[in-house]
Amino acid sequence: MTDIAATAAPSTETATLPARLATGFVNRLVIIVPYLWLLFFFLVPFIIVFKISLSQTAISMPPYTPVLGFKDGISGFFAGVRELNFDNYTWLTQDALYFNAYVTSLVIAGISTILTLIVGYPIAYGMARAPATIRPTLLMLVILPFWTSFLIRVYAWIGILKPEGLLNQVLLATGLISQPLVILNTYTAIFIGIVYSYLPFMVLPLYSSLEKMDYSLIEAAQDLGCPPTGAFWKITFPLSLPGVVAGCLLVFIPAVGEFVIPDLLGGSQTLMIGKTLWNEFFSNRDWPVSSAVAVILLLVLTIPIMFFQQAQAKAQEQGR
Amino acid sequence: MKSLGSIRRDFSPWNDPNAKPYIQFDKVTKKFGDFTAVNNLSLTIFEREFFALLGASGCGKSTLLRMLAGFEEPSAGRILLDGQDLRGIPPYKRPVNMMFQSYALFPHMTVEKNIAFGLKQEGMPGPDIEKRVAEMLKLVKLEQFAKRKPHQLSGGQRQRVALARSVAKRPKVLLLDEPLGALDKKLREETQFELMDLQQELGLTFVVVTHDQEEAMTMADRIAIMDKGEVMQVATPAEIYEAPASRFVAHFVGNVNMFEGKVAEHMTSTTRITGATGAQIVVDNGSNAAAGSDIVFAIRPEKIKVSSKKPADAVNALEGEVYDVAYLGDMTVYHIKLDDGQMVRASALNASRITEDPLTWNDRAWVSFRPDAGVVLTR
Repeated sequence: MTDIAATAAPSTETATLPARLATGFVNRLVIIVPYLWLLFFFLVPFIIVFKISLSQTAISMPPYTPVLGFKDGISGFFAGVRELNFDNYTWLTQDALYFNAYVTSLVIAGISTILTLIVGYPIAYGMARAPATIRPTLLMLVILPFWTSFLIRVYAWIGILKPEGLLNQVLLATGLISQPLVILNTYTAIFIGIVYSYLPFMVLPLYSSLEKMDYSLIEAAQDLGCPPTGAFWKITFPLSLPGVVAGCLLVFIPAVGEFVIPDLLGGSQTLMIGKTLWNEFFSNRDWPVSSAVAVILLLVLTIPIMFFQQAQAKAQEQGR
Repeated sequence: MKSLGSIRRDFSPWNDPNAKPYIQFDKVTKKFGDFTAVNNLSLTIFEREFFALLGASGCGKSTLLRMLAGFEEPSAGRILLDGQDLRGIPPYKRPVNMMFQSYALFPHMTVEKNIAFGLKQEGMPGPDIEKRVAEMLKLVKLEQFAKRKPHQLSGGQRQRVALARSVAKRPKVLLLDEPLGALDKKLREETQFELMDLQQELGLTFVVVTHDQEEAMTMADRIAIMDKGEVMQVATPAEIYEAPASRFVAHFVGNVNMFEGKVAEHMTSTTRITGATGAQIVVDNGSNAAAGSDIVFAIRPEKIKVSSKKPADAVNALEGEVYDVAYLGDMTVYHIKLDDGQMVRASALNASRITEDPLTWNDRAWVSFRPDAGVVLTR
């Protein structure tokens, strides 16, 4: 520490002011790059979507009334501001369809996340406790499905779950059932689809937090009189919580807005917000309303996560 | 009264034929695949004993400890604790506790909760737990750190928490796996004495695994020297040092000079040995070896006197040349090359500031020692 300070101090003192400004600029430039990325590919599109959500539909190209432009100069811009209204947002509260879609999405995503956790935890635990030599192979197997298109993998589930599909054929052949099970086009199919598709996002963070854990902690717990199941709930699980939280967020957030899985496996009657959004956008061609739906979805997801992260940061400051 | 070593020991149940063994390893073997970690080992440890398992890494000492804790089951043989066969009893039901080398403190719990963990498992009532935890914190002088998490403590403090946690349940036996391995030298020396005091105070049986001979010599009542899954010798530190049972033990603990040779003749109370290189040595403890048999005479460096003239009254005196001298402050170490080619290491305590008979490189010198200064080893 002192060595670095001792060698670095003279160089900054002797450096000329412009040279120092230049190094400062280069240092900042490195940080600026990711921020520019976020600005252009996240913030700007969001502002555009938000702007569209404040306009009205129109039969034109693009299909909404222009708002907030500088075509008529600054005065035109302020005139536009006065005309802004939240009609589309009010509309969302008036039609129960949207509210129901939000709630259904959150509930389906929540249940799917819990199911994914239940399926993923033992997998991650088994991987973390496997001999170190075969762990890379197991990790590879978890990632392997990503090498095939997501859409194809979801289509494959139609083949498995449909009434005359693989699953029913096997169950009928073994005599376990006499009537084919109706799974496709139900919520069960959506759960199966989400759990299957998002499993790696749950397993990987869980694995990384379980793998770091010192096994002698479990031995210590047992040595102090705690049977293995108790040791799991008192030691292993609490220590894997960061992995559990990360995995659940990685599954829950995309699952709320999921469109492909409910569309392909859930049939026409399932009401999820991702599908509603798609319908508004492409079938109704009501860009302003669908933009409003998207903005609300973003708020519903980000605000709780922000609070959560703040609480976590506070807990970290207090010493884990 | 004469005694081996410099300490008189009042605690020596191992010399009492009526003493009941507390821990008994009975022909214990442990195999991991093709590898034999512990080979047909028998060992007895007594109640309130501070017992050390000393050996190089991979000698099976940790496996022995883990079998006692219940993390490993012996492939063959029995382990008895207070007369009870431990086979099949899981670690969480054994009346022993272990202090782990890595300490294995629960990172998500405070010092207090760590210490209380074992007591809660026992179903001890809340107020009693609080009382015991406070007692333990006082014992290891960590009262003001009760609410800290392990990562907020220094290495030495963590070691104390681990110790407090493992003795909180008042186990029949405390197992310590390299308890001082992670501490720096100064702290280690202090902690050695603290551990000894603690053992006295609580009256527990301690079994400690270590690779540090000084640590074992300082703390233990008896030491078992282990090599390749077998016990080479079990004895008090003084016996291990002054009367090693084999070349391995003599070599493993401290420095030693070895003279290869044959027993020439047994006299009334002494034995004459002819060294392989011609040295004639007279010892008074060679009766264990048959006349004419191959033996090794082992002698510690500090038992050898170095002088520039042949001592008049010396029974054993050999001539040579000073090959190397190292002044270490408290003592001086000489390497003397005898005229027959044998190299001898001798150390002299610098008891006075001024030396009457200083020696330097290439000086002619005599090494001399008493007939009882070394031991005759037959294996």
